[in-house]
Amino acid sequence: MINAVGREIPEELLVNGKEVYQGKYYMDGKYLQKAAPRNRRYEKPAESKIVETIADALKQCGAKDGMTFSFHHHLRNGDFVANMVMQAAVEELGLKDLTIAATSLGEAHDPIADYIEQGKVVGIQTSGIRGRVGDVVSHGALKTPAIIRSHGGRPRAIEAGEVHIDIAFVAAPTSDCVGNCRGIGGKSNCGSLGYAMTDAKYADHVVVVTDCLVDFPNFPASVEAIDVDAVVVVDSIGNPKKIASAAARISQNPRDLMMAENVAKVIASTPYFKEGFSFQTGVGGPSLAANLFLEKYMDERGIKMGWAIGGICGPMVELLKKGKVGKVIDVQDFDLDAVNSINQTPGHYEMSASQYANPANKGAFVNKLDFVVLAALEIDTGFNVNVLTGSDGVLRGAPGGHPDTAAGSKVCIIVTPLTRGRMATVCEKVVTVTTPGDCVDVLVTDYGIAVNPLRPDLIECLDKAGIPHVTIESLKEKAYSLVGRPDDLEWEDKVVAVLEARDGTILDVVRKIKPLEL
Amino acid sequence: MIRRPKPERFRLRRTMMFMNAQKPGLIKDAYIYGCDSIMLDLEDAVAENQKDAARFSLYHALTTIDYGATEVIVRINGLDTPHWQEDIRVCVAGGADGIRIAKCESAQDVHTVEAAVEAAEKEFGVEVGRTLLMAALESPKGILNAYEICAASDRMFGVAISGGDFRKCLQTSFQRDGVDMLVARGQMLIAARAAGIQCFDTVFTDLDDEEGFRAEVLQNKAMGFDGKSLINPKQIRLVHEVFAPTEKEVRQAEAVVRAFVEQSAAGVGVFTVNGKMIDVAFIPGAQRTLRLAKACGMYEGDLV
Repeated sequence: MINAVGREIPEELLVNGKEVYQGKYYMDGKYLQKAAPRNRRYEKPAESKIVETIADALKQCGAKDGMTFSFHHHLRNGDFVANMVMQAAVEELGLKDLTIAATSLGEAHDPIADYIEQGKVVGIQTSGIRGRVGDVVSHGALKTPAIIRSHGGRPRAIEAGEVHIDIAFVAAPTSDCVGNCRGIGGKSNCGSLGYAMTDAKYADHVVVVTDCLVDFPNFPASVEAIDVDAVVVVDSIGNPKKIASAAARISQNPRDLMMAENVAKVIASTPYFKEGFSFQTGVGGPSLAANLFLEKYMDERGIKMGWAIGGICGPMVELLKKGKVGKVIDVQDFDLDAVNSINQTPGHYEMSASQYANPANKGAFVNKLDFVVLAALEIDTGFNVNVLTGSDGVLRGAPGGHPDTAAGSKVCIIVTPLTRGRMATVCEKVVTVTTPGDCVDVLVTDYGIAVNPLRPDLIECLDKAGIPHVTIESLKEKAYSLVGRPDDLEWEDKVVAVLEARDGTILDVVRKIKPLEL
Repeated sequence: MIRRPKPERFRLRRTMMFMNAQKPGLIKDAYIYGCDSIMLDLEDAVAENQKDAARFSLYHALTTIDYGATEVIVRINGLDTPHWQEDIRVCVAGGADGIRIAKCESAQDVHTVEAAVEAAEKEFGVEVGRTLLMAALESPKGILNAYEICAASDRMFGVAISGGDFRKCLQTSFQRDGVDMLVARGQMLIAARAAGIQCFDTVFTDLDDEEGFRAEVLQNKAMGFDGKSLINPKQIRLVHEVFAPTEKEVRQAEAVVRAFVEQSAAGVGVFTVNGKMIDVAFIPGAQRTLRLAKACGMYEGDLV
């Protein structure tokens, strides 16, 4: 069946009430029956929940074949925990037919690709998929199609019981002996633990893995002991160098700066740019640099930002400390400045992924967002964005909060160079639709700005402010005139990944890529 | 192959951005930053043993990249080098809008280049006279001969001072108040205006010194320069801001030109606008303000 972004969704996926994407806000007003977990009672007082090894924790939680384990990616490319757990499960306990439900999988999780190839891991559900895992899934090694969800779609699916987590693993920079966890105070600090919160509430079992045991009570806790079954103390949960980068620096690349300046201009031309406005931006070159130019416009108009959300890094913390933004609330911290600030700097708070972006709760932060600035691997003339598959059709990206913030915000701005190497970023048809075009409002490239025709109000704003803009078709043609028009990718029939829209409908599928023959 | 339209001798040239003609990543789309002219450099930016490679890169860029309305000038090597003749052939064959003569010291230097340009135009079947010239004054002798240089050819559209070399010759160094080059800048401006061509100031090299850059650009505008050479795209915005006319100037210029059109049709030569006496002498200035305003997006009418 063809969905609202023109993608053919195979009928065999449309079972058990699964529908194709119908457009944003399609599920608005419908009811969701939450799926409660089955929790073990710890009624009799015990001094500690510490167990010797991860294998012991798995046994205590009744780990068996066919289970779903969940992980969160606050330790980013420095994460050791997912690999340690999977190694214990597969190699020590000999488990098989396992499903991994992660908030993101990256190069740090390359060893898991082996378990996929061996058929020990048969399911992957994630909001990001890169490295060897992406590669083997793209080449058809996973038994069932991977399910890719946004950061908001994932807690929705968990709450709805579409993914039932048997054991959730929390990689905790600090924990006490009963499992109160925080993202700071240890040797592998990551700041926010926002992605782990929904998992801890909805999993049947929760295991905390930490490398820094602290005195009880480790408060205020991000994941609370009332949800935790076992605590395992290991030598190291991650490589601190890869967890949080040194302070994110604002790009000096003139191309990035020019695009960032245009982003700020667009923002300042809209009626939403007023005292108390809300904002989210990414950490990519031009997205991050937008902070700098936005601050100039804020100063000029004498206004302050009400609040900012997101993944957060230093430049936003800097604005908070200067009193130019009221509150910063985040699910993840990208650099040491942000890690050291969360829950320390007045006004810098932590939130769960559900509170951030879940479309099925009663009002996530993204629904109150005025502006979001996002990057893209590709954007097509329907303003559909791909942040998942590369130009070779291989899974190597992450929808993350992209679809959620795009759908929730009043103005969603995509900023990307027109070409990357030989690839046209603005194209006829994206390889995979990860954020539907009806959620994307403005495209800023180094060759010009285009506004989605669905937003005549914004077109008027730009015209009034004298900001030149062109059609997205003309940008596409320019891109092709520079780098040429690529041949279509060739796919086999087998679906290797299902791309769920944040509301749970099916937005697109990724098929097995045909090997390139020259 | 890209065929650029015939160059305009007098056009808006607030910003001329230098870049090494040998760097594809820089020159492939330098027009996106919105400078009025780009200056593809075959001279100092290119190592001595790379001159030939740079010419190939330049020719390829000129013939395959659509720079649109952005003017494309090439800085050729000095007349005391073995490179300049071949540089000129490449510029003309590729269809560059203009050539910047480095280290120009006399009208004869301009004539020498002009003869080579004309020969190349004939060689490559380019309309004779199409290729414009500008001169860079880099020495005291160049400054003293500024007028004869400016007036040496109908191809000449402008003259620029090159601060680095000039300061060395003068045995001075960069001064924040511009006193080091005040006399040279002034003499060059007077010569350019006397010859009826444009005049451009030198580059400001400290990219981190935003205040110093602003001060210099403000002084440039106050002295009467048409524009400035730049080394980085991030310098463009400030120059355009500083060189933009004020709203009041635009309104006055519009009123002057409009009144002139109406009054001269009625046979009146002197009249008043907003209390100021106006005659034909005010018109070119007012028209220039409107053209500038149009380029800055401040004027959309049809008087210019």
